[in-house]
Amino acid sequence: MAEIQIKNVAKKFGEYQALHDIKLTISDQEFMVLLGASGCGKTTLLRIICGLETATTGEVWIGGRRVDHLPPKDRGIAMVFQNYAVFPHLTVFENIGFGLRMQKLPNEEVTRRVERVAELMHIEMLLKRYSGELSGGQRQRVAVARALAMEPDVILMDEPLSNLDALLRMEMRAELKGVLAESKTTAVYVTHDQVEAMSMADRISVMHKGKIVQAASPIEVYRNPAAEFVAGFIGNPPMNFLQATSTGNGHWTVAGQSFDGPNSDKTLKFAIRPEDMTPSDTGLTATAKVIEPLGAHLLVTCDVDGAMFRAVLDSDTVVKPGDRLTLAPQTDRVRWFDPETTLAVA
Amino acid sequence: MTVVTTDVAAPDTRKAGRFVYISAVALLCAWVLVPIYFLLINTLSSPETVNSFPKPFIPEFDLGSLQFFAGFAGMLTALKNSVLVAGMTMIMSILIGAPAGYALSRFDFRGKELFRLLILLTRAFPLPLLALPLAVMFIQTGLDDTVFGLALVHTTLAIPFSVLITFSLFSGIPIELEEAAWTLGCTRLTAFTKVVLPLILPGITASAIFAFVISWNEVFAAAVLTIENRTLTAFLLQNLDTSPLHLKFAGGFILVVPALIFIFAVRKYLFAMWGIANR
Repeated sequence: MAEIQIKNVAKKFGEYQALHDIKLTISDQEFMVLLGASGCGKTTLLRIICGLETATTGEVWIGGRRVDHLPPKDRGIAMVFQNYAVFPHLTVFENIGFGLRMQKLPNEEVTRRVERVAELMHIEMLLKRYSGELSGGQRQRVAVARALAMEPDVILMDEPLSNLDALLRMEMRAELKGVLAESKTTAVYVTHDQVEAMSMADRISVMHKGKIVQAASPIEVYRNPAAEFVAGFIGNPPMNFLQATSTGNGHWTVAGQSFDGPNSDKTLKFAIRPEDMTPSDTGLTATAKVIEPLGAHLLVTCDVDGAMFRAVLDSDTVVKPGDRLTLAPQTDRVRWFDPETTLAVA
Repeated sequence: MTVVTTDVAAPDTRKAGRFVYISAVALLCAWVLVPIYFLLINTLSSPETVNSFPKPFIPEFDLGSLQFFAGFAGMLTALKNSVLVAGMTMIMSILIGAPAGYALSRFDFRGKELFRLLILLTRAFPLPLLALPLAVMFIQTGLDDTVFGLALVHTTLAIPFSVLITFSLFSGIPIELEEAAWTLGCTRLTAFTKVVLPLILPGITASAIFAFVISWNEVFAAAVLTIENRTLTAFLLQNLDTSPLHLKFAGGFILVVPALIFIFAVRKYLFAMWGIANR
């Protein structure tokens, strides 16, 4: 049982406020991804949970125990670093067994556990090698194995796949997800790669400027972004935004077209995902600017009402730059944002 | 037209350039190697050959000069003192220098840049300027004419180098290795002894040897601060005008050899000190 509770954690580096009043609960055995652009504070938050950084204010609880005053070794955590941090002077076996040796476990127990996790990570043939003789992917496996061998309550990962090439990253993504689900540990995983976040997470915390903007399941974050930032950050290409003017009683005009929306007298932003539109007889009038065939589909960047607008269309669609398109948004996928608060309006 | 001239000129210029380059290299090598070679010849020749003229260009492998050197009154004591002082300098400069290097590379503290500058500034004052006050202080504290007192002065001379070398060594070890050790059950101390120390040990050895060589070669402080317990350099200096030629050669050779061997052994770490890639 290891639930992580982050209670009002804030962090200042000198005058710079890296984290603002973070409140987050990560349930037992959950795979939580902290997602955000670089500099958003996600790594700082992870390091505070780990104990490599101390929070300026606030508390960290792991498994019902307050840990923010404890050194990393007493928190029941294990960490996988971005550059792997495999000890160069030890063999793979001694690397994986390092933490177990520090716990003064008997030799047979160390051997048993090292061999078990080595097998799990498919590195049993590398146990006698040194880190200098390993490839990046193998080092990464050693780093994960070393963390797993500790049998921690919580495993913390700081962009563990970012130094791998694209193909290997995809392979490791699936493998890591499987291994972690099986180990039944709570996992906190930091990444700036939204595909990684979407594919691995039970829940994603989207971070921006030292705050958690939204913490929800991947599909929820994708379908119902809580704020304009999330809508513009998640998805490739991200959501489209258009100005909307109220005509009263929840009716809105967007680029000359009428839509039903929330009942509000403010000016709102109309948002739709590029793939949630189909060419049709009625809808938004768009002028195609750039056509990018991506194989599976066609990415069309066009101009709607003077704003840039992207649509993902079927790859058989015949369209060339300068063409006029009429795009019908799927009405149940339309979202509305308040430009003042940048939050979603239902 | 222009094409033709460049075609003719280019190989000529290149040839001339290569000639200048090779002669410069040869000259520099000769500058260093020829005196050492003469030292070697004269040391390994009998005293008679050393004092005669012309001198041979091939050593005779006669140990007469070295035997005479070993038998010279006080010489072996001086040699022993040199080894003792250099050994103590080596140990003290690492014990003081390595923690300072670690602190410089791992912690941010107020006045860090000033501290680095001050370390270098210790070499800015000429030793003769410091020697007299030092001698007075040493006499007052009873440190004068002791091996330990001289080792203290030599440590002061060696510390800037040991701090800078260890600073660059520690900086070369990613902090994540230490952090990983902390998460795996280490305290700051055990992370240091189990992870950092094994990784920097070769470099520390190099830095220690460098301190040894600095002390081994130092003559001024040794000559001023000791009378009875002279080191080899000071002893040879003292007897410079009275001793026979073959003694000077043998003494010079004994002084040069350990320094040469040590510096050669640790050369790549000395380059690291200045941030040049290890080659």
